[in-house]
Amino acid sequence: MYETQYHRASSVEEAVKLMTSAEDGKLLAGGMTLLPTMKQRLASPSDLVDLRRIEALKGVKIDGRKVTIGAVTTHYDVSTNEELAKICPAITSLASHIGDPQVRNMGTIGGSIANNDPAADYPSALLALDATIITNQRSIPASDFFVGLFETALEPNEIVTAVEFVAPDKAAYKKFPNPASLYAMAGVFVARSGTNIRVAVTGAGENGVFRLADAETALAGNFSPSALDGLIVDPDGLLSDMHASADYRANLVKVMAKRAVAEIANRPM
Amino acid sequence: MGVEGIGARVLRKEDKRFITGKGRYTDDMVVPGMKHAAFLRSPHAHAKITGIDVEAAKKMPGVIGVLTGKELKADGIGNLICGWMIHSKDGSPMNMGAWSPLATDTVRYVGDAIVIVVADTKGQARDAAEAVDVSYEELPVVVSAVEALKDGAPQIHPEAVNNLIFDWDIGDEKATNDAFAKAAHVTKLDIVNNRLVPNAMEPRATLGVYDAAEDHYTCWTTSQNPHVARLVMSAFYNVAPENKLRVIAPDVGGGFGSKIFIYPEEIICLWASKKTGVPVKWVGDRSESFLADAHGRDHATHAELAFDADNRILGLKVQTIANFGAYMSLFSSSVPTYLYATLLSGQYDIPAIHANVKAVYTNTAPVDAYRGAGRPEASFVLERIMETAARELKVSPAELRRKNFIRSFPHQTPVIMNYDAGDFDATLDAGLKAADYAGFEKRREEAAKRGKLRGIGLSCYIEACGIAPSAAVGSLGAGVGLWESAEVRVNAVGTIEILTGSHSHGQGHETTFAQLATERFGVPLDSISIVHGDTDKVQMGMGTYGSRSGAVGMSAIVKALDKVEAKAKKIAAHLLEADEADIEIKNGDVRVAGTDKSLPWFQVALAAYTAHNLPSGMEPGLKEGAFYDPSNFTFPGGCHICEVEVDPETGVTEIIQFVAADDFGKIINPMIVEGQVHGGLAQGIGQALLEGTHYDDTGQLLTASYMDYTMPRAQDLPSFNIMTTETPCPSNPLGIKGCGEAGAIGSPPAVINAITDAIHNNNLTMPATPQTVWKAIQAAK
Repeated sequence: MYETQYHRASSVEEAVKLMTSAEDGKLLAGGMTLLPTMKQRLASPSDLVDLRRIEALKGVKIDGRKVTIGAVTTHYDVSTNEELAKICPAITSLASHIGDPQVRNMGTIGGSIANNDPAADYPSALLALDATIITNQRSIPASDFFVGLFETALEPNEIVTAVEFVAPDKAAYKKFPNPASLYAMAGVFVARSGTNIRVAVTGAGENGVFRLADAETALAGNFSPSALDGLIVDPDGLLSDMHASADYRANLVKVMAKRAVAEIANRPM
Repeated sequence: MGVEGIGARVLRKEDKRFITGKGRYTDDMVVPGMKHAAFLRSPHAHAKITGIDVEAAKKMPGVIGVLTGKELKADGIGNLICGWMIHSKDGSPMNMGAWSPLATDTVRYVGDAIVIVVADTKGQARDAAEAVDVSYEELPVVVSAVEALKDGAPQIHPEAVNNLIFDWDIGDEKATNDAFAKAAHVTKLDIVNNRLVPNAMEPRATLGVYDAAEDHYTCWTTSQNPHVARLVMSAFYNVAPENKLRVIAPDVGGGFGSKIFIYPEEIICLWASKKTGVPVKWVGDRSESFLADAHGRDHATHAELAFDADNRILGLKVQTIANFGAYMSLFSSSVPTYLYATLLSGQYDIPAIHANVKAVYTNTAPVDAYRGAGRPEASFVLERIMETAARELKVSPAELRRKNFIRSFPHQTPVIMNYDAGDFDATLDAGLKAADYAGFEKRREEAAKRGKLRGIGLSCYIEACGIAPSAAVGSLGAGVGLWESAEVRVNAVGTIEILTGSHSHGQGHETTFAQLATERFGVPLDSISIVHGDTDKVQMGMGTYGSRSGAVGMSAIVKALDKVEAKAKKIAAHLLEADEADIEIKNGDVRVAGTDKSLPWFQVALAAYTAHNLPSGMEPGLKEGAFYDPSNFTFPGGCHICEVEVDPETGVTEIIQFVAADDFGKIINPMIVEGQVHGGLAQGIGQALLEGTHYDDTGQLLTASYMDYTMPRAQDLPSFNIMTTETPCPSNPLGIKGCGEAGAIGSPPAVINAITDAIHNNNLTMPATPQTVWKAIQAAK
């Protein structure tokens, strides 16, 4: 790791001040992506601004079916929130399968989505849940937030403060992990509220998370795994690497989508 | 046996320090004035070095020295060598290219070390290494051994035309061709044995200390064989004469072969210590481990197996191209030749065998021995082609093997190995029963109802270990002998030290070696200490690899114990006024058989060291040494059976059961043997399902971290069902065959045989990842 200056921000305002005055500063939450990158000398921020002691950014608030998750809430805290598990078990389950226990104890939802790793799990959930990303400047719908590979709509020094969504009637997330890294090679989040069906795919797209419109249409007619039997996922535009070619990945997207639907269909009311 | 003797499941004495974080590894060694080293390594797979500018680096904070290969050579440090001479078919010696510890004019693989920086801290050393300005003229790259042999491929060493190091063969080509001419059926198979990165838990590290006052070097290093390191660094690399070089391999966190070889970093740190006047410590990180530890395997093979009308094997033909990487590592030449082709008879009575092996340079990391070293490659060829033949001949894979088993011993194979003893029916029967092989088809049907594909695969493997008879390997080109040494020192009040030339880096020798003395004299395990790993303390030994510490290391100890026992009995007979032949040593007592006249063990020892009343002419003391040179290899073998269930939608393979029925001869500590089998199986299954090493066309290692190189995890493995039969080895006093590598040797073919059975496609490469299996399923549709 190269030398860096470490600061603890006690508020969002202070964090913004510190970032503005830094030569080349980075916000630090769980550090589960940033710190390993710095240890490999692939990143050398002049300053680290640690958000983890800003209490206002932590916690899960539930008001009826409206869920607000603070940006610096750890994956562990999301995964173990009993109230949240009652109304949206798909997202607590998703959080419980991010990385490993050590990663879940540190990693945060804000850090994850601000990074927008194409293999991260949360982007598919937030896109399928039609979530809103709240920053210190504005509110951004998920469909506008995730712009591309490691790219979001965030302006320089704009800080994610919370994520908000309305829990759907039913949802499920199925992920096929990379055998080495255990990141998603195809992760499909299916959410259904009344007639509104959204299917979002992470881990597979060349441009990051995307909605699978064809699947949504098929499921609108018949919400069952067999509705997706004829689904054709186009390998064009999908990632291809030594672990999964675009063809294989297209197959995984379809299989994970079917399994997510099957889980919803089989879940007791 | 007792609770602590031979055959007892004694908990390991060494575990307390390992489990509580009190192990003393090379990185734990701290000496006054110690400084830290970092290496600048080539980012290019093949390039001429046109300039090295160290001026900026020298001025960086904390830097003590920045040293290059030019200075290394000027000080007379020698090039690295391969110590096993192999001749090609035409009689010419192997074409060994030059390997300078620090590259001077050419870099040949990504990771090739060019400059060493010594600084106050590791971070400063790394920063300065980044400031070294090396200019390169990039050269074309070749990473595939098959491609490297072709005309027009980039030439890596001037000594090796077409990158060919040697073109070697073994067996009788004419007899084999004649056998094939008579064959009723020939099975053919193309096989790739995938390259593996060893991934010992502890990366390599060295602390080199030059003492100017004594003109003497000390080297703490991660080695499986400190005496060999001292020998080679002295005799070949000119670091120092042997008596001025002490090598200590303290606690070492796993080796699996990768820590046998003497690497550039070890030589350089010692030399740099003299050059800079400070102790120099280098500790590799995991990236360096991936790039610059010797890799394993990497064979491409075409094999043909000929049968008569009765399904008896007539002959076997094998052509292998072995990728050696950019330089010939210390034992590299022996691995695809005398450790590989000599096992191609397997458990079968094969009248005629011919194998041809071409060794090839490429712009990749050097390849050398890795758990199994040549024997996994042989088992994979033979057990895959046998299973394939059974499918073609439409006979049971178990019965085809059984029909061809060797049943009479000793058995001389056509490929040098002479098997001393074995019972292949016993391990096959045990395996088939434990796996309920007979009931498999029902399980396959049941799985199919759930939409899953089940398969079952066999592997009846044999291997040769306990390396090795010195004269035999010498005649085959080895530059060293492969005996082992031991000294048993009984102390004045009866406790015992056993000094062994073997090294323990996970094998549990501090426990199992002590069990031998407990068994012999009844002295409690806690009173016996094992000393190893320090060339100042222990007499010369050849170290630990090739599953030799049991068969060879323990045999040396037994010989020394024999001598100690003989002397102790002489002393006791004298003190008890009895006949030597009537003295027996049992449970810590030395007694006259059939009487109640006895002495406690410690008193006999005390008598030896007070020397007040010894037999006339006897020297004081009770300490004896022995060197043991095996008369033959040992031949563990067994039957592995793997049952899998494949999900056709994703290609994911689940191992439903894995049975290992092995014969290791005499077992000293069953718990440790089980541990060895578990570890070997994990590595073998890892090779078959998970571990893939990928270089791209420019020679960049794409799998250089655990993000891309898939290590086996507990969730990938079933609970193993393991059992042993004991056919004693006739060639060593304890009857031990050895067990350290067998798991990695027998398992890969069992796994691949199972998956190919499940998906009805015999064309499957390792690692059989979900993607690979899924594509094979699509291809078979």
